[in-house]
This record gives sequence, structure tokens and C-alpha cells, in this order.
Amino acid sequence: MAFPYATALLAVPAAGAAVTAAIPGSKEKAVRAVAVGVSLVTLALSAALLVDFDKGVAGYQFVQSKMWIRPLGIHYLMGVDGISLFMVVLTGLLFPIALLASTHVSKRVNAYFALMLVLEAALMGIFLSIDLFLFFVFWEVMLVPMYFLIGTWGYDRRIYAAVKFFIYTAAGSALLLLGILSLAILHAKAPGAHLTFDLRTLMEWKGLNPNTARWLFLAFGASFAIKVPLFPLHTWLPDAHVEAPTAGSVLLAGLLLKLGAYGFLRFSLTLFPQASVDFAPLLLTLATIGILYGAVVAAMQRDLKKVVAYSSVAHLGFVVLGTFALTTIGIEGGLFTMVSHGLTTGALFLLVGILYDRRHTRQIDAFGGVWKSAPKLGGIFLAVTFASIGLPGLSGFVGEFLSLIGTFVVHRPYAIVAATGVILAAVYMLWSFQRVFTGEPTGDNATFKDMSRLELATVLPLLGFSLFLGIYPKPLLERVEPSVKALISHVESRTDYHQPKVADLGPKAVASSSKEGGR
Amino acid sequence: MDAVRLAWLIPGFPLAGFVILFLGRRYLKEPLAGWIATLMMVGAFVSAVVVFTGLHSLDEEKRQVVLKGVEWIRAGGFSVRFNLLVDPLSITMVLFVTGVGALIHLYSIGYMHGQERFTRFFTYLNMFAFAMLVLVLAANYLLVFLGWEGVGLCSYLLVSFWFERPSAARAGKKAFVANRVGDFGFMLAMFLIFSHLGTLDLLPALSSAPHLARGTATAVALLLYLAAAGKSAQGPLFVWLPDAMEGPTPVSALIHAATMVTAGVYLLVRSHPFLEHGPAAGDVVAWVGAFTALIAATIALVNFDIKRVLAYSTISQLGYMFLAVGVGAYTAAIFHMVTHAFFKALLFLGAGSVMHGTEDNQDMRVMGGLRKFMPLTAITFMVAWLAIAGIVPFAGFWSKDEILAAAWVGGAGVSAHYFLWFVGAVTALLTAFYMTRQVWLVFFSDERWRGRLQHEPHESPKLMTVPLVVLAVLSFVGGAINLPVEGLKNLTEWLHAAVPVKPLEAHSFGQGFLLSTVAVILGGIGILVGIRIYNKGLRNGQDPVLVRLGALGRFFERGWGIDPAIAWFVDKPGRAVAEVLAQPVDQGIIDGAVNGVAALVTGVGAGVRKIQTGFVRNYALTLLSGATVVLFVFLVRGSL
Repeated sequence: MAFPYATALLAVPAAGAAVTAAIPGSKEKAVRAVAVGVSLVTLALSAALLVDFDKGVAGYQFVQSKMWIRPLGIHYLMGVDGISLFMVVLTGLLFPIALLASTHVSKRVNAYFALMLVLEAALMGIFLSIDLFLFFVFWEVMLVPMYFLIGTWGYDRRIYAAVKFFIYTAAGSALLLLGILSLAILHAKAPGAHLTFDLRTLMEWKGLNPNTARWLFLAFGASFAIKVPLFPLHTWLPDAHVEAPTAGSVLLAGLLLKLGAYGFLRFSLTLFPQASVDFAPLLLTLATIGILYGAVVAAMQRDLKKVVAYSSVAHLGFVVLGTFALTTIGIEGGLFTMVSHGLTTGALFLLVGILYDRRHTRQIDAFGGVWKSAPKLGGIFLAVTFASIGLPGLSGFVGEFLSLIGTFVVHRPYAIVAATGVILAAVYMLWSFQRVFTGEPTGDNATFKDMSRLELATVLPLLGFSLFLGIYPKPLLERVEPSVKALISHVESRTDYHQPKVADLGPKAVASSSKEGGR
Repeated sequence: MDAVRLAWLIPGFPLAGFVILFLGRRYLKEPLAGWIATLMMVGAFVSAVVVFTGLHSLDEEKRQVVLKGVEWIRAGGFSVRFNLLVDPLSITMVLFVTGVGALIHLYSIGYMHGQERFTRFFTYLNMFAFAMLVLVLAANYLLVFLGWEGVGLCSYLLVSFWFERPSAARAGKKAFVANRVGDFGFMLAMFLIFSHLGTLDLLPALSSAPHLARGTATAVALLLYLAAAGKSAQGPLFVWLPDAMEGPTPVSALIHAATMVTAGVYLLVRSHPFLEHGPAAGDVVAWVGAFTALIAATIALVNFDIKRVLAYSTISQLGYMFLAVGVGAYTAAIFHMVTHAFFKALLFLGAGSVMHGTEDNQDMRVMGGLRKFMPLTAITFMVAWLAIAGIVPFAGFWSKDEILAAAWVGGAGVSAHYFLWFVGAVTALLTAFYMTRQVWLVFFSDERWRGRLQHEPHESPKLMTVPLVVLAVLSFVGGAINLPVEGLKNLTEWLHAAVPVKPLEAHSFGQGFLLSTVAVILGGIGILVGIRIYNKGLRNGQDPVLVRLGALGRFFERGWGIDPAIAWFVDKPGRAVAEVLAQPVDQGIIDGAVNGVAALVTGVGAGVRKIQTGFVRNYALTLLSGATVVLFVFLVRGSL
């Protein structure tokens, strides 16, 4: 029997949350030590999963299945494949960092760290569920700690931001639940079928009315689109980010924003392939708008944290673009961007948090010349900036480039417009950097304290992985590829859609394309 | 063959230097850090020479060697490896990049003496050299792009090296953003190549380029030209290069004169099958090149900043190279790139030496008569001056002559090529004139610095003058690599394996001789008129030519209004749109609508802003009960 990774990844943070909550809040050090220790054990587990994962296999691995609610056909059904693997690993990586970065939390410390671990357990559950109902349960559980993290430990307008976050997500959840239930029940009514929420069974069901499928796609899609967030459903994001504590922002950007894109890949494309193909132009359009809109709006923000928040709208646009290009290259680019964005934007939020700790402001105008007084902070911020704007050799580039080229081979106009995002990203990020870090520092900026060892320990791993994946993306891409290929062939087998094969490109195909007059 | 394998060492040395200096930054200080970096460049140069001899010993048809490296990216059918392409074109580039680069590294040890961040400077410099060598040695467009962006990063870091100066920080960003506009073209070109040819590897892509539809080939060529225009400061994108003079002078010499800015020319020469197959692109390249050359020369005519004059001159000379590329004279473009690397690096290093000796003064109005105080700098600078002015037998004469002859003959079906030749010839005249103006304002004429400088000007240390002397020798004899005599066209014959295109030459010896004579006469006129006017220096602090030109002079002085035009037509509307999107649209309409809907749904009416936490409980309850009802309905109906 294989090691039950899924249960372990779920149980360790959940148990840790219980233990942390039980320690009196006055024993702050113990609370921190336990919480960080638990998250490190979870990280070790996810690393072991990465090592054990068989990279040649397309389907789910380490599957665990147990009947949970028999009358409703709900299973405790967990497993991991190439699409979820790196989301699990990213979750494992970001939590210890977020917890270490939570040095400024002083009120109700035990509740804070317990909720963080609940959030980790819920995220693991979301990424590992193969049963739709189970997935929904985790999806809802995730909402609770995040709401309290923003609402209790956030900044001035935290209540407004938390409520807004909650309403948006809950509205999406309602539609998602409706979609899941409808699908399962419609399936159960089919001859010879029974009520089940098993994704693997549901995705093979061919009896769904195409029109119903489109409605269900929209119900699932609305929930995912809010989470991405896709334009114009993004306005909860800047508020939630700005008001959330640093660790909350790191997790929000690094992991929660990935849930939408993950949902599209895991559920929308598999359950409603035809509807996905039909609605692809809409999603490609929204993604492209998001790339430009996020970048343009980011450029005009006066609050540095909002710059980073809007940049996420742009980055996630590349993810959705690659996903709905429905090509192997595009989807791999989207998945890669998800991981890369988790690393770079996580690092950016940590750095913005450091700036705030020193000066108690995030207004760009309040800074200037910080590079001189805090050389490490300046240098690292600049390195992360370049990783974020997609400089080749760092992770951002690989994902963006693959998303774009994967889109270009099937939908040229979207890729061409979206590619202008590379110009805009340089504008808003370098302009922000220029205003905060260059020039001659005066006043409080002249006595700016450089990064501490602990701060370096939280940021440098993220930058290190970004560099590693930028130079050597193979370990990620080769593990992702079998599952992505299986996903594409699933879509192809159920629709008229066929992605162009590279073999169809090649010099041989050139002769025929030149006869067409070439495009 | 074994010698060719050593090509890995060429980027390997500066990479090692970068890593050593970065990791050991706490212990490696002045001057050790500078010597390590310089030694790495010497190592790269020696390796390049060894690889060159190895490649030279092969038969001509075997002189394109791909060295296999590990895989970089593989997704679906897309695959890119870290492969190097060793061929006459890449090795020619490598030789002058490492050679001139080593000299500039050496010079920098003297120039950067006493600077804080001394080690950081050399770390960046080695990183730049590494990226530049990746750019020219890459066997795949995406790998070229890796180097291309790497040099852009280093250019950013080095232009804004003195980031405490807001102007330097701004200039660095401007350079990067202008380059990104070009990068957009580069990326689209790669998308097009991949979607039609299924590969980004240079050799297969280039050999199948002729099978493309003409429209596609033209599009690829034009997109690559957009990339080149960003990197090599062509057309309106040239505006970043003069501002980039904010960087330390050795940086201007290495990156913004000799090497990085020529990457665009390299890219197009490397991609010549696309140009050949899409000839309309050649027209664009040639015409924009010719006019960039002319416009930049007119601006150089009236500028007083010793470095900015050279920056505009660089733009102008790059224009010549693109003119050559556009008419199909690829070897002439590379030839001029090499000689230009010699004499323009020399000019910049000379300017740096002048600044070093005059308390970092860059204003030529506060110079004059400096030859007595820094004779070696003056003599070497004047060698470069004669080379760029196109005087026989200095290096610049031969390469510029080849370009003008090619424009006259007009290959690749470029239209109105006599006119292109005419623009080039006028530019040659202007070049000779503005360079004479510079030499006379700096080294001759009256000593206008008296009373404005604290100390008498002095000659620079040996570390700086030795590279000047070496470059002066190269600027003098560098033309010998490609003399227009059968049997001595070494560069043309050498490049043939990589650029198998018939060189454009004058139809007869007589015609060639006549064209050369005209070019020399034009250069001579420029020099004589320049000396006559500037021998007496300025008139009451005014430039007589600028006064005489009146409104036109002020137009030139303002750089033809290109910077203000970009500010007016791009920055301003862009910012206006962004501001509207950021406030009224995003916060007002989009967010307002959402808040409004939320308020409507909950019936609170006052909007979300005033909602208290109690509301969430209600909302959750509503959601849950709603979901239960739905579930119930479905279950009941499902069982029916």
C-alpha cells in the first residue's frame, strides 16, 4: 500500500491547527514554534510527494477512496496528478514562509496561527479532491479562515475588504454548488447510473444535454472567474490585498488566486469540453483585457501594494489565456505561470510588507532612495521585479512565453494583443521601483533598516526557486505534461476541436501553407 | 573540431567572473575585483582566438558547428536547447566583443578608481559580457532572446549605476522600456516563425525560410527589425540612447557603442534569409537606416555634451549599418560594425579620459586646447576622428566606402538607391564636420576652461591610456581585414559560410575608384570647413554654426522634437487613459456596480461600505438555506 499522502497532507495541518488553538495565546513563542513546525512537516510531506510522483503517468496517483455519505454517493476520494501536483507543492512551500513572516501579529496569536493551518488544510483538500462534493466542502472551508484573517488581523479598512471578499466568493460558491448538484443529479437520472460526485465518472458521461452543459459551464465558470479574478470581477482583489496582513496577501496571491484557474482546468474543461470550446473566445477575450487592464491600472496606483495586486490581475490573465488556448503548450504555460506567480508575487508582497513595517505607509510618494540605505532590500526587490516582468532566465518568462506561443498557434489576435503586456509590465514595475528605491534618500528613508536574516530567509527561497525554474523548468514541465496531454485528448475526443500538431507545422507543412498565400 | 568545442569557454569565463565577484563581493575589493573581471575577458578572448583558428582549419562548408547543450524548455512540441552555433559570423562577433571588451575592462580599473560600488560595477560588466556572448553564440532564437534581454538588463543596471541621480535612474528605465517595445516585435517574430516552421532553431528555421509565403517572410523580417530598432536605436526608438550616457563612460563605450547596440544589426544579418525572401522589409530597413543616420548626424552637429555628440554619432553609424543590411550588403554591415567598434570605443574612452582629467566635465564649451595637457589622449582621439571621417587609409574609410558603394549599386531590388547613396554621402560630410568640431573644441582652439576648473587638466594613468593606444592601432589598420582587392577580401570570404550571399560591389574598378574618391573628398571638405570654423573656438560662448542655422539649429538642438512628440502622442494620452481606467472606471463604474448589486441583493440599501459583520452571518445563512432548498428540490425530483 502506497503512503497515503493526501490524508497526511490534510491531517497534519488540521491536527496542527487543533494543537495550536489549544495552546494559550499568551505562550506566543510556543504557538509560533508549533505552527511553523507543523507547516514544515507539511512541506516535507509535499516534497516527498514530489519525489515519489511518477512523472510518466497521466492519471491520478496515490488515490485514496472511501465511502463517506453513502445515500448521496459522496466519497472521500483524493489523489494527485500533474495538474494538482505543483499546486500542492506550492502550498507546502508558501505556508512556512507566510508563517515566518507573521512576526508582527500580536493579538490572539493562537487563533491566528490555528486559522492559518486550517487554511492550509483546506487548500490541500481543494487541490487533492477528486470528488466534486468533497471539493466543494473544502472550497467553503477555505473561505472562513481567510475571511477572519483579513477581518481580524488586517489594516484599517479590513472589515469592508473582508465582507467584500466574502460576498464575492460566496456568490460564486452558491453558483458552484448549484452546478455541482445539478450535474450529479442529472447524471444520476441517466439510465444505469447512480448518484456520484466522482469526477472520473462524471467526466466520462456523454449523456449531458449540450445546452445544459453550457449553463453548467457558466455556473462553475462564474465561481472560478471570481477567484481568478477575471475582469470585470476583480475589484475584491485590490481591497482584500491591501487590507490583508502580509502573510494573508502572500497566500491570497500565491494560492487562492490559483483556485480559479485550477478549477477551470480540473472541472470546466473535463466536465464540459464542448462548452469550454464554445466559450473559449469569451474567456480569451476577458483574459486579454485583464492582461492590459491590470497593467494599465497598476501603473496609476499610489499604494505600492495595489500595484502588486493589480499586477496579479495581469499575470492571471496569462494563465487563463494559456488555459483556454486549449493547446498543450498553452496549458503548460498557464500552469507554469501559476507556480511562477506564486513565487514572485509572494516575494513582492513580503517585500512590500517589509517596507510597510519600516515606515508604516505604502504610499509610493513617501519613499525614495531606499536602495542606498537598504542595499539588500533594493537589490532583492529589483531581482524579484525582473522575475515578475518576465525576464528570460527567471520563471515568469517561461510561463508567459509558453502561454503566448501556445495561444498564438490557434488564436493569433489574442496573443498579439496580450503580448503588449510585456511592454506594460516593464513600465509599471520599473516605474514603481524607480520611485521607491532610486534617488538620494532623505528623512526616514535615509535611516532605513536593511533586511534582517529572518526576512532574507523568507524571500530568498522564493527568488531562488524562480531562478531555478527560469533556467531549468524541465522538472516542472515534464511532470505536468502527461496530465495536460490527457486533458487535451479528453477535450478532443468529445468535440470537433483538434489542437494543431507541431508535426503539422514543420518545414514539410510550409509548402502547403505558402500555397494558401500564408497568413 | 576539438578546438571548436572550446566555444563553451567563451561565455563560460565571464559567467565565472560574474559568479566569483557576486559571491565574493564582501572580500573582493578595488582593484582585485577589476583584475579578476578583466582576466576573465582575456580568457574569453584567448578562447575565441583558439576557436577561430579551429574553425578556420575546417573546410568552408563545414564551418557551421552546433554544440549541443542541455534542454532548456520543452512543452508539447516546443523544444529549445542550450545549443551554441559556432560559425564565421558568430566568431567574428565574439572576437571583437571579447577583444574590445577586455580593453574596456582594463580601462575601467583606472576609470572607476575610488568609486564606491567598484566591485558591483565589474560584476555587472562581466554579466553583460556573458549575456552578449550568449546572444551572438546562441543556436536558437529563444536563446538569442535570453542574451538579448540579459544585455538589456545589464544596460539598465549600468545606465542607472549612479542611481542616486534621478536622471540616471530615469534614463535606465527609459532604455529598458524602449527596448521592450522592440522585444514585443522579437516575441511576435518568434511566434510567427514557430507557428509556420515548427522550430526556433536558427539553422533549420533559416534554411526553410525560402519556403514561406512572401507575406509571412516580410512580416517576420519587419518584426525582427522592430526588435533591432529598439536595441540598436533606430527610427524614433533612438531616444533612449542619448539619455543612456548617464552611465559611466566605459559602459557607454562597451555597451552603447561597440557591442550591445550592434546586436540589432547582428540579428538581421543572421536572419537574412527572411529579408531576402521578403524584400519589402529590406526597403524599410534601408530607408529608416539612411534617415536615422542623417537625422542623428544633424543633432550631433549642434550638441555641446562630449558624450552625447558621440551617442548621436553612434546612432548615425548604426544607421549606416542598417542601410547596408537593407540593400543586402551584409558583409559590409558586419565590416563596419567591427571597425566602428574600434574607433567608437576609442572615441568614448578618449572622452572618458578627457572627463577624468577635467573634473568630470562633459561640456565642450568648457574645454579647448587640451592636447597640451593630455597628448596621448589627443593623438589617439584624432586617429579615431580620421577613421570615422572616412579618410584613407584609416579603418572607417574602407567599411563606410563599402556601404556607400553597395547603396549606389543597390542590391535586393531596393528602390531609389541612388537617393539612399546621396543621403549616406551627405551624412558622411556631416560626420566629418561634427567630429572635426568636437576635436577642435576639445583639443584645439582657446582654453575656455581656465577659471572654470579648479585644477589644470592632466593626462590619465597608464591603465587608461594603454587601451587607447591599442584601439588607435586597430582603428588605423583595422580596414585591412577586408580590402577591396581580389584575394584580400578576407572578411567577405570568411563570412561566406554563414552569409552565403554575393557581396554587392561596384561594377568596375573605375566606378569603385570614383565612388571612393567622392567619399574621401566629402570627408576632406567636412574636415577643412570644420577646422576653419572652429579653429578660433566659440564666438562669445556661442557656436557660430548654431547661430547661423537659426531656427533650424534650434530644431536640431531639440533632437527634431522626437522626445517631446513621444511625450505628447504616447505618454500623455497613455497616462490619461490609465488615469481614467484606474479611478472613474475601476473604482467608480466596475466596483460601484458590484457594490450596488450587493446592496440590492441584500436589501440593506446603504451599500456594502456600511455593512457590519452581522451581515455576513445573515448572508451565509441565506446562502446555506438557498443551497439546501436547491439540493432538496433536485433530490426530490431526481427520485421521481
